[in-house]
Amino acid sequence: MSTETPFSEGTDDIERKRKIGQAFVAVCFASTLVGIVALVALIADVIYESWGWVTWEFLTYPPSQVVENFLPDGRGAGIYPALVGSIFLIALTAVFTIFLGVGAAIYLEEYAAESRLKSFIEANIANLAGVPSIVYGLLGLAIFVRAIQLGTSLIAGALTLTLLILPIVIVSSQEALRAVPDSQRQAAYGVGATQWQVIRDVVLPRALPGIMTGTILSLSRAIGETAPILMVGAATSLFVAPDGLTSPFSAMPMMIFEWAGHPEPEFQHVAAAGIVVLLTILLLMNAVAILIRNRYDPRS
Amino acid sequence: MSSADETAVAITGESGPMNGLKETAIRSVFFSCALVTVLTTLGIILVLVQGSIGFFQEVSIVEYVTGTDWSPVIRPRSFGVLPLIWGTLIITVGSALIAIPVGTATAIYLSEYADPQVRKVIKPTLEILAGIPTIVYGFFALSFITPIIQRFFPETGTFNAAAGAIVVGIMIIPMVSSLSEDAMSSVPDDLRNAAYGLGATKFEVSTSVVFPASLSGVIASYILALSRAIGETMAVTLAAGMHPQITGNLLEPIQTMTAYMVQIGISDVSVGSIGYQSLFAVGLTLFAMTLAMNLFSLWIKSRYREEYQ
Repeated sequence: MSTETPFSEGTDDIERKRKIGQAFVAVCFASTLVGIVALVALIADVIYESWGWVTWEFLTYPPSQVVENFLPDGRGAGIYPALVGSIFLIALTAVFTIFLGVGAAIYLEEYAAESRLKSFIEANIANLAGVPSIVYGLLGLAIFVRAIQLGTSLIAGALTLTLLILPIVIVSSQEALRAVPDSQRQAAYGVGATQWQVIRDVVLPRALPGIMTGTILSLSRAIGETAPILMVGAATSLFVAPDGLTSPFSAMPMMIFEWAGHPEPEFQHVAAAGIVVLLTILLLMNAVAILIRNRYDPRS
Repeated sequence: MSSADETAVAITGESGPMNGLKETAIRSVFFSCALVTVLTTLGIILVLVQGSIGFFQEVSIVEYVTGTDWSPVIRPRSFGVLPLIWGTLIITVGSALIAIPVGTATAIYLSEYADPQVRKVIKPTLEILAGIPTIVYGFFALSFITPIIQRFFPETGTFNAAAGAIVVGIMIIPMVSSLSEDAMSSVPDDLRNAAYGLGATKFEVSTSVVFPASLSGVIASYILALSRAIGETMAVTLAAGMHPQITGNLLEPIQTMTAYMVQIGISDVSVGSIGYQSLFAVGLTLFAMTLAMNLFSLWIKSRYREEYQ
């Protein structure tokens, strides 16, 4: 009787099969290391290039065209206007995204019936998440900067970044809302609450940690985005921090772009120093998000 | 009075004749928030099409699509988009050649071989790669990858296509590995055990059972990663340069569609000029390409999804 299985063509090639298996695991394991090694190389490269260039002056002085000014014993030059610009930009973006993102998620999860309209909106959100960020930059340029005439202002940049991260915030907020057990809603309805009272007093408080985690992670993506704010017109040669919603602004990724592309090779160190500041803020934001998740995770 | 009673009073205390109106108003506020996403899509399409109309009044569509010379600023001006598409294609294909094999093998290792404890550490570590801003990758290409390439090929310039492709490849590894691993992990153990019962080795189970069974998810992850590579902007601008040309030499600078948009974005072209309008024509081309790929990925996922109980 012949064994017609696709796997055992013979019995004497077990040794060969074992070798193939071992080689395969080795290849897969080596591939896994590629990503890890790249990550380590990237971080090591940034730290090496920035060594000695991240100083207190770097955080508190405006940029300069003369590279010697950035040195610890120089006259003082740094990333200050862009650092403040980025923080303002993200704070504004946070206000807009929390309102719009959570609002949209509440509509989709709590109000909308399973209808064509709902699945259309959700498919649209999935598609928006795949649109390149520079296209959002064009949208911001044409709508916020030109059509509404906000100019190259902080608020135009924040609105552009809001639209960019809105799809991610909505999806993560929807997941947080979905995780609230229905029995809690029913209990609140049972004591006579209206739908808005149920959402405000029962659903939102329970979903808040999940919503915050998702929002902070999305904002940490927004703070590193360069292309959209570049199209909106973020400046690279600004010496003062923005002082209002409509004032021109600079942002850290924009400065890093300027320095990294600078013809003078020493500016590579300045760019690396800027990256260290940017990545530190990113790390802090992620740490806060993880802390909130672990602190309030109902499963832990 | 217990706190539960207080909550109950707080909730019912507000009911009155105005409640119906208030509920409707609140509902419409939330609906408007959801509507913003639809308006965003409409806005993108409107802005891109409207901006392009002016461009295509000056430049014929045939010249745009078939021209092999892109010289929007230096006279004689020429608007053949093929060099930009070529640049984007080199970066996309090059990064796919790195990310697809590496990402797939990583996914197989994590899903089939790795200890769950190891997986719990490695998967989030790899996902850090996806969270690093793309501008940082651009810097990494300039300060680390290009010098290494130059050591082997001294004629390599500061800006070259190879560094761009490598760095984008690294960037999209976690997209392939994470999404593919999710797809492979969701293949039920019954399938694996059945194959073991027939005498299959672990290698055969991984490659002949798990991989085909998870193919729809794996391919969807490839397409999403490619679509990300097409739209990638800052890393390729810094790494691959701003020199639009059709060349097979990876050591030469190129320009992608996105890098061209950055070039116009940082220069001060006047509104309404042909340079400004070309921004939207190229943006429309880019948007159409990524949209097609994203829709294709969604379609593959729904069309070929294996439903397991």
